[in-house]
Amino acid sequence: MLYTIVKQNSYQDSVNLMLLTNKISTMEGINKVQVMMGTPANKDIFKGSGLYTEELEGAASNDMCIVVDTDSEEKIQEVLDEVDNYLNNQAIAGSKEAFETVRSWDKATKALPGANLAIISTPGQYAAEEAEKAIDRDMHVLIFSDNVTVEDERRIKEKAHDKGLLVMGPDCGTAIVSGVPLAFANVMKTGKIGVIGASGTGIQEVITQIDRLGAGISHAIGTGGRDLNDKIGAITMLDGIKALAQHSQTEVITLISKPPAKEVRDQVVQLLQSLSKPVVAIFLGEEPHNHEGNVYYANTLEETAAIAVDLAKGNEVKANYNTLQGEVPSVELKPEQKTIKALYSGGTLGYEAATLIARGLNYDNSGAHEEGYLLSTDGFEVIDLGDDIYTQGKPHPMIDPDTRIQYFQKAAQDESTAIILFDVVLGYGSHEDMASALIPGIEKIQKEAQANGKNIYFVATVCGTDQDPQGIDDQKAKLQKAGVIIRDSNNQAVLTALAMLDMQIEEVQKEVVAGPEVAKVDVTVSEAIEKLLTEKPNVVNVGLKKFTEAITATGGRVVQYDWRPVAGGNPRMRKILSLLK
Amino acid sequence: MYGQYKTIDEANRAVIDKVVSSSPFLVDVVPAKSVIEELNGKVILHAGPPIKWENMTSPMQGSCVGATLFEGWANDADEARKMLENGEITFIPCHHVNAVGPMGGITSGSMPVLVVENRDGGNRAYCTMNEGIGAVLRFGAYSDEVINRLKWFRDVLGPTIAKALKVKGDGLNVNVAMAKAITMGDEFHQRNIAGSLIFLKDITPYILQTDVNEKDKLDVIQFLADTDQFFLNIAMATGKAVMDTARQIQHGTVVTAMCRNGYEFGIRIAGMGDEWFTAPVNTPQGLFFTGYDQDMACPDMGDSAITETFGVGGFAMIAAPGVTRFVGAGGMDDAVTTSNEMMEICIDHNPNFSIPTWDFQGATLGIDARKVVETGIEPIINTGIAHKEAGVGQIGAGTVRAPLACFEKAIEAYAVKLGLIDPQ
Repeated sequence: MLYTIVKQNSYQDSVNLMLLTNKISTMEGINKVQVMMGTPANKDIFKGSGLYTEELEGAASNDMCIVVDTDSEEKIQEVLDEVDNYLNNQAIAGSKEAFETVRSWDKATKALPGANLAIISTPGQYAAEEAEKAIDRDMHVLIFSDNVTVEDERRIKEKAHDKGLLVMGPDCGTAIVSGVPLAFANVMKTGKIGVIGASGTGIQEVITQIDRLGAGISHAIGTGGRDLNDKIGAITMLDGIKALAQHSQTEVITLISKPPAKEVRDQVVQLLQSLSKPVVAIFLGEEPHNHEGNVYYANTLEETAAIAVDLAKGNEVKANYNTLQGEVPSVELKPEQKTIKALYSGGTLGYEAATLIARGLNYDNSGAHEEGYLLSTDGFEVIDLGDDIYTQGKPHPMIDPDTRIQYFQKAAQDESTAIILFDVVLGYGSHEDMASALIPGIEKIQKEAQANGKNIYFVATVCGTDQDPQGIDDQKAKLQKAGVIIRDSNNQAVLTALAMLDMQIEEVQKEVVAGPEVAKVDVTVSEAIEKLLTEKPNVVNVGLKKFTEAITATGGRVVQYDWRPVAGGNPRMRKILSLLK
Repeated sequence: MYGQYKTIDEANRAVIDKVVSSSPFLVDVVPAKSVIEELNGKVILHAGPPIKWENMTSPMQGSCVGATLFEGWANDADEARKMLENGEITFIPCHHVNAVGPMGGITSGSMPVLVVENRDGGNRAYCTMNEGIGAVLRFGAYSDEVINRLKWFRDVLGPTIAKALKVKGDGLNVNVAMAKAITMGDEFHQRNIAGSLIFLKDITPYILQTDVNEKDKLDVIQFLADTDQFFLNIAMATGKAVMDTARQIQHGTVVTAMCRNGYEFGIRIAGMGDEWFTAPVNTPQGLFFTGYDQDMACPDMGDSAITETFGVGGFAMIAAPGVTRFVGAGGMDDAVTTSNEMMEICIDHNPNFSIPTWDFQGATLGIDARKVVETGIEPIINTGIAHKEAGVGQIGAGTVRAPLACFEKAIEAYAVKLGLIDPQ
């Protein structure tokens, strides 16, 4: 049955009325509806849709005509209420973002004329090209992307170096510049310690330990994992160290790296030795026995942070910071339960765990490993679940709990497993509540183990600060409530796990010996680098949009470049475009 | 390599300078065949790049039937259809004869056309007059009502406006009207209320001074007052006249025409002259009148995308907040996002058309085919949506994108022409 309502002298734009019509058609009990102004042309449309009624004849162009086809008359009042409601609430909720979104470099630099830093998170094969475009526009670059060739990396870094610019990465997962967290980064207190590192989670562990010990950082510069490779020659590391040496608010420099090639190491160490500022260095996996002059060597990431904090506070540096702290929980295990399964999301945290467990086992772990495995001997396993082979087509374990829970279960099924060791990494970019995401899996394993009359212990470290979006205290509390043994650092978590199985690591006592005589090195850096370390950066974020969040939240300015491959990645079109310049 | 220009950028700049320096005037309304030689025979003009009868959409075929009946070449629709199927009537794209046509774009010799002269280039362009909405030829209707309206156009509306323009003497300056209307919320494709009002205001005093009888004067003024989209066809002829002047510079990668025939989308770029680069058309998405939905929508048709080529239409979405909701359920933010996105593929802003809601930036100027290919941003076109069956008419309005492949083919052909790359 057709019902007609004519609202006289009630003009509305046709677009509004089409949207209104759509809305009312979704109401229950309405077969068909049309809302239009009563113009002659619209009356024809009413006819065309079988909704013409005689009442429409008298309607004028400024009358709103509503024709409803419904089986129940009481629906009409509902429709009228909805019409009034809709017309009275037409304002569209704004979704204004704190930054502009662009689709090209030209627009990006117009939108943010002072842009001096680009974050590149495009697929790897395009990252070098985009980095060069940024360098051509006088911007420093943080390349989050991996799969950039060594040749490309070297070319980009040399080009940037010649222009007085800094390239962080490729595969640089974290950095904090002038208080602005970039990519996956923690929210830190500001302080006197300048950090530079070739490893993402290595930097994260050291700076969060610094934060825990009550100090803060000036900057954290990431170099990318290959920077100290002999093919790259530490271009970024050397420029970064000089920049921190020049930076007046930085009083202590902290360096994190895997062991570099010998010539590169010599060059870096020579620069460090020549500085007037104290330096803490960790070459992961090496076992230093002395400090040399102004350069203090650490065995663990925790120790690195602790030495840096003591230096920053003007305290005397202790001979050793690696003593096991806290009580070792007593354990009840079956005789066959002898091993630790360490399942990490942070690559360097896993690497440190592998190094320490190998020391605890007196095992030489220097041989090659299967992909993803950092240690595998006698049932002891350390796996980096962030390794490429576990992230094919799946999110990184810092973002998604599934792979980890799956490996927890696999570990629990191994009869030799006594302890499952893991990390939770907080900060911008990471999962918003990883503790809660992992706990159901952990509780299930514990329940099953108990049903089989045994215990499986979970030991974990949470890498983060109380200012991180997730809040470290909250994450620790949740895990502890679920029976997870939490320690304050990765080192302490590993030492605790080893001690629970009656294993200890011999602590190295380090003395300060005189450093070698080295010539002074010129540590002047370009104005552009100086500016990067003295002002909040203006960032062009090329790729992953979520990186904008940390920047805007901490007072940096950012323009989002919604990147697409040039010409959709079509090689012939790319070539043609390059010819038609 | 690029004639007198050192680089493509320089050639492109020269082309868009011609758009800025344009001086289009509406000077006359005349029977199409009096200015288009080709129409003196059994010839019908259509929208878009060249097309065969069998590839035409049902609405475009319906329009052809209507034109055949209107010209008196056939006595009824069946006979007309037979003639069209048998190839007794020749089809020519409007664009090939200095014309543009909305939707089907069907134009025959006796139909009156608006004449816009670009005094900067001295060339003229033609477009039929807007028929209003409902049963209209451009959507494929050919009932008596439609044919009778066309006859009234031929006998009354066309001659009356022509006489009024004679009284005026030097034509109506279209750039001035557009500059005003764009500040009043028109983007000249989906919304032309302000432009139509300005035209009515400008032309009425002259209509009153003609020797046309009182009833016809009143009917003409009433028709213009009722026809919100009347100015669209003036804007289309203007876009065509201006872009045709600009494309006399046969270098560079500026897009000089975009049009659709319901089968293929075609573009031209300056450096490739008259050549069309085509790809299958998309189907517009948008809002539909009750009883109609997306499945009934006809694939994209019409030469009206000349407005977007000229820098208005969908590109000037931000100027027309009243119609932004066709892009989705969006508000001003979506409108500005749309215009900003289109700016990514354009070279500059046109100072002639300053848009208050866009911080007084000018409308977009000069689509660079290279930028379209580089960014993958396909030009957006605001459009009416026809029913896919002839005669039903308009069933909604919305937007559609120009297919990327047209632009890829165009720049590839240009690179080949310049000898920069071998053909594949």
